[in-house]
Amino acid sequence: MAAETTQDNLLLDVKDLKKYFPIRSGLLRRVTGAVKAVDGVSFFIRDGETLGLVGESGCGKTTTGRTILRLLDPTGGTIRFKDPKLGWVDIDKMSREEMKAVRPNMQIIFQDPFSSLDPRMTVERIVSEPLVINKVASGQELKDRVADLLRRVGMRPEYMSRYPHAFSGGQRQRIGIARALALNPKLIVCDEPVSALDVSIQAQVLNLLEDLQEELKLTYLFIAHDLSVVEHISDRVAVMYVGHIVEMADTEALYYSPKHPYTEALMAAVPKPDPRRRERPIKLPGEVASPANPPSGCYFHPRCRYAKEICSKVMPELQEIEPDHFVACHFARELKLRGVVV
Amino acid sequence: MTRQEAAARRLLGREQEAEREQKVTNLWADALRRMARNRAAIVGLVIIIALVIMAIFADKIAPYDYRAGDSADNYMVPLWLTRILPGNMAAYAQIGNKYLFGADYLGRDLLSRVIYGTRVSLPVGFVGAMTALIIGLVYGSISGYYGGKVDDIMMRIVDIVYAFPTMLLIILLMAFFKTSFGGANVPGTAAYTFNRINHVVDRFLGLEGGGMLFIFMGIGITAWMGIARLARGQILSLKEKEFILASRMIGASDIRIITRHILPNIIGPILVTVTLSIPGYISTEVFLSFIGLGVDPPTPSWGAMISEGARAIRSYPNQVLLPALMLAITMFAFNFLGDGLRDALDPRMRGTS
Repeated sequence: MAAETTQDNLLLDVKDLKKYFPIRSGLLRRVTGAVKAVDGVSFFIRDGETLGLVGESGCGKTTTGRTILRLLDPTGGTIRFKDPKLGWVDIDKMSREEMKAVRPNMQIIFQDPFSSLDPRMTVERIVSEPLVINKVASGQELKDRVADLLRRVGMRPEYMSRYPHAFSGGQRQRIGIARALALNPKLIVCDEPVSALDVSIQAQVLNLLEDLQEELKLTYLFIAHDLSVVEHISDRVAVMYVGHIVEMADTEALYYSPKHPYTEALMAAVPKPDPRRRERPIKLPGEVASPANPPSGCYFHPRCRYAKEICSKVMPELQEIEPDHFVACHFARELKLRGVVV
Repeated sequence: MTRQEAAARRLLGREQEAEREQKVTNLWADALRRMARNRAAIVGLVIIIALVIMAIFADKIAPYDYRAGDSADNYMVPLWLTRILPGNMAAYAQIGNKYLFGADYLGRDLLSRVIYGTRVSLPVGFVGAMTALIIGLVYGSISGYYGGKVDDIMMRIVDIVYAFPTMLLIILLMAFFKTSFGGANVPGTAAYTFNRINHVVDRFLGLEGGGMLFIFMGIGITAWMGIARLARGQILSLKEKEFILASRMIGASDIRIITRHILPNIIGPILVTVTLSIPGYISTEVFLSFIGLGVDPPTPSWGAMISEGARAIRSYPNQVLLPALMLAITMFAFNFLGDGLRDALDPRMRGTS
């Protein structure tokens, strides 16, 4: 199941990650089932790169991101992270107390800029909180650091005595980024950081993230559902479907020569800026499978137009069929699939 | 100066102006400003402040002693009251202008007793509110924040306590406190300790033998559940917010998250509820005193005065009207203030006036 990690220069190595949410019912709230939000996900992120994580709503992208950071406790699997000071650590086995030592190196940027900032705190207090808690700075030094961080994300430090409600969505997202940067993290999980923003603001925030990556040598796990955004920012992309990674490859390889039928359908749905083009998008019949009651075999087989008998019986494993191109499909080598049309 | 430059100047000027305007938007300052515009709330606040002053300086303001009366003056009614009140009081009442609002059945000045009555009603309102706030907030915060089984068990306990009829529970409690603690004089027992604390409380409030501690306890025990439920509900909705997750990501402890992020965000609605519940506590004490389970004589509780006055309501209505009027004014004042607070703190009211 696990993707081979003979890779070097890794920062994060996730193997067979599982996160199940119990379904309780009845008066005594007995566990009667589980929503398998993340069910055996394996991937790795190299130091300094951006891994895009795409998929439909509810496929487990956000849960994956939050479980890696231990905002949720994993049900199974291993998460290994290369801490600059501590070396390789097993995130999945650490206690909450032990996590505190690693936390500064792993941060998150949230989707909704309106609920990710405490409305009762000034911008100064929001951005300085990580520094205060981890006793990095105090007094005038603290103030200078906050001003510096705000300048870095393109905000005027004079605004720091204001409350979040005085800012627009894009500005709030910048404040959230400043907070994430405060402790000099290595890895930042960007959980749909631009989905809630206007298109013009999206571009600004994306450029900011790219600039920061270059300047500060950051590594991103970039979760999104907007394929063009992901293509723009990612070095590699992983595609999720109902709690599984179905394909992971370099951005170009994945977009232009996908190997999984689901990726093909996704790519066909990317709108093309050419009115004369009459490519028909691939219609996927049926509904997205329920993570509480998934189909047998390959989760995608009821909707796959290439499905054969084996697909409903055996779950395909994620295999490296070309260097750095991982696919979970029985027919990945045979199928000739269409990518994004240039 | 070209046209464009002038336009740019104008724009810039307007921007700076807008900035200056925005700078003062502290949420609490905002709320305060909104409340200052609410006339009813300000009237309520002024009345409450006046009542507090009345309570603190009761011994200086009150023209007569609240304990001892002159039996020759019993049921004395001033002339101006006989003209206002219905019935032909002048025909049978002892008319005398010694007391502004008349005297009670023991010849004690009604006005002085009503003034001293604030020393009972206001502490009951404030202490009841504080006890309910502290117990309810701590209990509700723990239950809501930790959730799961802890929440289940803690909330079932609230349900059970809630299931008792409040009035019946408080009557039983008061009867219990008064009989087992009130007369306790054997040093070393818990009942004796309670009795001593009660004396200290009474002396602090400047009352003679009031039994105030027992009323505080009775109200405290029965009043915290509402706040606990409210706090829990608020926290449940708040703890899923992403800024709470963000704090956890930067290594904030549970205590820090509760005190720095959660409490400041829920204190608004809770403050409003507490303020609006103060009249309830005051009326509970009045009710208890009315049925004889409240403060002990000669401490002048409004409830006890209403109870005594009600016996002579047909012949001497002034005896019941004065304390009832004070009670009504006090309750209105707290309700107005609470309404004002709610309007000021409710973000949905932002921008409306």
